[in-house]
Formats: sequence, C-alpha cells, structure tokens
Amino acid sequence: MKTVLAASVLALTASGALAGKAFVSNERGNDITVIDTGSWEVIHTFAGGNRPRGITLSPDGSLLYVCASDDDLVRVFDTETYEEVYTLPSGPDPELFVIHPSGNPLYIANEDDNLVTVTDTEDHTILAEVPVGVEPEGMAISPDTNWVVNTSETTNMAHFISTEDYEIKHNILVDQRPRYAEYLDDGSRLFVSSEIGGTVSVIDIAGDGTPTLTQKIEFEVPGVLPEWLQPVGVKATSDGSRIFVALGPANRVAVIDGASLEVVEYIMVGQRVWQMAFTPGEEYLVTTNGNSNDVTVIDVAAEEAVRSIQVGQQPWGVAITPD
Amino acid sequence: MRNLFAPLAAVAVGLTVAGPVRAVEVDAAVLRVDYPELLPISRYDLPPEDLGFAGAALADEDNGTTGSFMGHSYETTTHAVAPEEADAALDEILETGTRLVVLAAGAEDTGRLTDRAAEAGALVFNIRAESMELRSGACRANLLHTVPSYGMRADAVAQFAVWKKWPSWLLVEGSNPADKALSEAYARAARKFGAEIVETRTFEDTGGARRTDTGHAMVQRQLPTFMQRAPEHDVVIAADATDYFAAYLPFHLWSPRPVMGSAGLRPVTFHGAHEAWGATQFQTRFEELAGRYVREEDYNAWLALRVIGEAVTRTGSADPDTLRDYALSDAFELAAFKGQKVTFRDWNGQMRLPILLYDDRITVSVSPQDGFLHQVSPLDTMGLDRSESDCTAFEE
Repeated sequence: MKTVLAASVLALTASGALAGKAFVSNERGNDITVIDTGSWEVIHTFAGGNRPRGITLSPDGSLLYVCASDDDLVRVFDTETYEEVYTLPSGPDPELFVIHPSGNPLYIANEDDNLVTVTDTEDHTILAEVPVGVEPEGMAISPDTNWVVNTSETTNMAHFISTEDYEIKHNILVDQRPRYAEYLDDGSRLFVSSEIGGTVSVIDIAGDGTPTLTQKIEFEVPGVLPEWLQPVGVKATSDGSRIFVALGPANRVAVIDGASLEVVEYIMVGQRVWQMAFTPGEEYLVTTNGNSNDVTVIDVAAEEAVRSIQVGQQPWGVAITPD
Repeated sequence: MRNLFAPLAAVAVGLTVAGPVRAVEVDAAVLRVDYPELLPISRYDLPPEDLGFAGAALADEDNGTTGSFMGHSYETTTHAVAPEEADAALDEILETGTRLVVLAAGAEDTGRLTDRAAEAGALVFNIRAESMELRSGACRANLLHTVPSYGMRADAVAQFAVWKKWPSWLLVEGSNPADKALSEAYARAARKFGAEIVETRTFEDTGGARRTDTGHAMVQRQLPTFMQRAPEHDVVIAADATDYFAAYLPFHLWSPRPVMGSAGLRPVTFHGAHEAWGATQFQTRFEELAGRYVREEDYNAWLALRVIGEAVTRTGSADPDTLRDYALSDAFELAAFKGQKVTFRDWNGQMRLPILLYDDRITVSVSPQDGFLHQVSPLDTMGLDRSESDCTAFEE
C-alpha cells in the first residue's frame, strides 16, 4: 500500500497559516489525533473518553463533539486548547450523530437502546428520544433541516424523522446492515450504505420530503471476494458530481459518478476503511482505516490516494474544521 | 490504479418502500428436548435453564422492533420437555395453529418430529442436531438448519491446520455414536483438504467420574499412557461430541502438541467473547436480557427466528411455505455478526456460516481460511457441497 501512497507528495506541499485541522477518533486508543491539514503532520493527541466513535464539529469549528460510546455521553472539546469544556447527555451508547447546520441540536444514534436522542447543545438537555429500529447507526439531516434520517443496522431501515414533531413519517427497507446516510446538498437524493448487503441504496426525495427507493448500486473489484466489498462511509461532493464510498475490508474507496450512478474508480487506501471527511474546499478527502491505524488522504480531483498518516488505535471517525 | 477499475452493476430494483401497513401476526415455538445427561466436565458448561430460549427472546425483541414499523407482530412460545414427551409437545404446539417450529433435539428425534410437523404443513428450524445424515440422505424439505453440521466444524478446523502447515493429525475419538460421527467428519475433512491422519485412537467411555474430586488425578495418570507411542504428528484432533474426555487432553498428552476440535482450539458458531463485526452490540443486548453470556444454542435460536423475521419483513407473509421459499431464494440475506451475510444452501437447507475458532477466551481465527476458494461461496468449502449431499428433498 505504501508504494501506492508514495506517489505524489508534491501536491501536498501547499500549506499556509489558514490550514485547518482534522480530528480523528481512535476507538480502541480512547484518544483523538489532531492532524494539520496543511502539512499533514500529527500535531496533537488528547484523551477522548471511552470508545470514541462519532465525531463532528460546531458550524464555526470552535467546538469538537465526540460520541464517547462507553461513557454514555458526548464529550465537547475546544478545538484550539483541546480542553474538554463540558459533556452533553446523549442517552446510552452513542455511536454516530449529526449536528443541525445552526449548531443546535445534535441528533444522536444510541446503538444499544434503539433510540435517536435529540440533545440541545446550548441548554445541555435532552429534547426528545425517538424510538427507532434495532442498532441505530447512520444519521443525516436534510439540507432543508426538515428531516433527520437514521439507519438501523439490524432492522435494515432508513427511518425519516420529522424535525418538527420527532415522529417517524417514512421507513425505507434497504439491504443488510445499513451504516451511513448521506444527502446530496440540494436535498434531492439520499444515499444509504449497506455493509453486509454490499450495496448503496439510492433514495430519491420528493419536494415534500417523501422518499422513494429507486436503485441500488453494487460494487465489483477483480481479485477481491464480493463478501469483502462492504460499503460504510459515504460522502458526496457539494455539486453532487462524485460520491465516494468507503468499502471497509476491501481497503478501497469507490468513486461513483453522480449522474450515471456508476462506479468510475476504486482508490486503494488503508485497511478496513470506514468513515471519511472532506477538507473545506473539497480538495482532499480523509479516510479512517481501522486495521492499519492510519488515515489516507485522497486528492479529490485526481481521485488518487496521496498520503497516509499514522494515527491512534483503530481510527473510527474524522471531522475537519471549516474555513 | 486504473486497472482496479471495474464496471459497476447498477441494479434497478423494485420499490420496497414500506407502504400501507398490513398486519401480520407471526407465531413461532421453540421446542427443546432435554435428554438425561451426565454433568459436563466443566461447571462453566452447565446448561442454563433458558438455554436457547434466551436467544429466542432476543430475536422476538429484535423482530418486534422492526415489525412495529411494518405492522408485524411476533410471539414465540418456549417448551422444554423430556424425550418421551416431545411428540405430544409438538402436537400441542401445532394444535394452537403455530406452523413455525424451532427445534433443539438429537438427530433421530429431529427427523421424526420434523416429519410430524410436515403433516401439519409446518416449517422446522434445527438448532441442535449436527448429524451429516440430516443434511444428506435423511434431509427433509421442511427442515432448515441454523446449527452448523459436524462437517462444517471439522472443515473449519482442517482449513486452519492446513493453513498452518500442520497436516499430520493424531485423531482421538470418543466411543459414543455421536463421537464416532464427529470423528468421521474429521476423517472426511482430512481427505478433503489433504491432511493425513497418522492414527485414530478411541478413548472408551467407561462411564467414569467426570467431575469428582479425584477425576483430574485419575486422568493425569491415564491419559499420558493412553497417548504414548503414537506416530509423529503435528496436532491432536479430538472428537468428543459427548464431552467426557477432550477437555482433559491439552495438558495430558505424551508429546506436546496443540489440541484442536472438541478441546483446545474449538470450532464454534458463536461465543460470549466475540466482538468483531458489531457483535458487541449483540452481546450487550443479550446479556441485558438474559443476565448471562450467550451460548451457541441461543445464537442458533436467535438466527432461526431472525430468518423468519427477515423473510416476513421482505415478503409480508407468515405462511411457512412462503417463508421457506424466500429463505432458500437468491434474494435472501441476513446480517448475523459474522462479517458477511448468511444464506441457505438450496440443496439441503443448511445455513452457510463462517465458523469461529475459539480457545475459550478469544476468537483465534475464522474459517473459511484465506485461499480456500469456491465457485459459489468460500463458505461452501465447509460442510456438504451440492455434489457431496445425497439430499433430494429440495429438488423441484
């Protein structure tokens, strides 16, 4: 893998004072690795609580939210000082969450309790608990903020929760073990990855938010057993032209053309790739590789892996500060 | 990089939107036959009263949660009976209208009870009997197996031994019929994967004390002498399906060799320390419900009822024939905390499953091993492949 990544370090030399930070949650290491996205050097590591998984930032980039799964709460850190500023109630075993574009509230999947917990990030209170399917994981919010989508891994559904009354209005059955949900920026389409089913479901969204499953995208890599093509993280570019899908133990990220919905490239990355995040201009995509304990930096335009950076034990999620 | 490019199949699919809710009530029963048995060698292995039933209860919860979004409800009754009461208990279950039966019984009883259930049009899931015959000449069209066969377990061990380049085996078998059947599966696995059994020895079950104060003292004297003067071998394979001697083997051999099979490195379908592939979530849910660690019978029962749940979810029906046909179809797939979907062999009703190799503390490895390939699924390198099974009940 190293030979692949040695290729073009050149592209990465453009740095500067404006470079951001990538925060990586290390599930087994119980810490957070901070990477400078200009130099791509690890600049800090700090304790992240027990079993840190889901990780996200406030819209202004000043606060880092971490699902400390085994602590049954969300830890909130200052992104400059790396000090923990407070914790938020999350319900038991928070795994993954999504933050409202305004910064409040936080919608949290409670993996052990079949709940989505809605937490007020200012009052530090729980606003609602929404019963969902078994083993809730993936979380997404529609760009118009009317809907929060949760995927439940054992129930195999995407649940569409109204942000107005926290009621589930629609359920869509997808393939086995749905892990992640990602809306296009214009809200017209939602992608849901199914890890064990090996597919990404394409769900078109009507003007009123009504979802319709229209297609399932499959993957195929010569020399890789179909069983190991396990879609997890999904990221779409803001113009919707490219959708990147992390394929877990296949150690590859698939690149899907947004118009044809066909896979146009498989990018080799580290081992057991799960979650991903773009740098602010979508120049780079950073992937967490749980088994090789590193992250891979993908040049988005070139659709190539350009660097890998060693982080902590079993990196799970990644969040990158905005401009 | 470009050579990795592969055209992708974008598959158009029918609408599977959960549309208008249609109520479906799914009634199932778990029937467990409790045989008079001597105590296990280790008190860790004492069977809990809710063995299998706790797995069924968890499946009911899981199915019920999913069902709540679909208008489907699940209710599973549990029945523990003595062998002589098994037929009457099954009749009672069928009289209530239940046509989905999860059965934990020996091979012979499984065959007879399944035939009895067939007369009522019921579908049976085998969660205990590991006999090869039930997957071959004695298979039944209304019998699906979520428990792995002796052959699947033996092949899982054999692949690991061959992968380790430990091809010379000393096979030590028990003297009971089940031990012999398991032993035969290891002999078959050796032929299949190119290992050599240098000698087979039978350790007689004389009905002696398994767990008395002096048991270990006797064993310490008996076993080494029993194991001496064997041809050169890499590994000792133990075939003790009735649990009376294998647990003593690992440190009482004549030559120091690893033990695999019924002791040492054991092929299991699930265990309480298994965490990979999201299994931690299963473990925490199960332990919260049952107050103990999961056992294989619980996992097998959970699987059987999850098969039912998944088939009901996708077909909207609780009809046993509809569920059976769906479970055997290419469309069926189920996530079972094993890193890949589990499906059924449409030639004998056996579920395809990865097998965990377990040292009583951790998952040491998982079979099928790398490099054991198959034209359909690497999982079909374990157990009876289509051409190896004499089952004809699934044809048509």
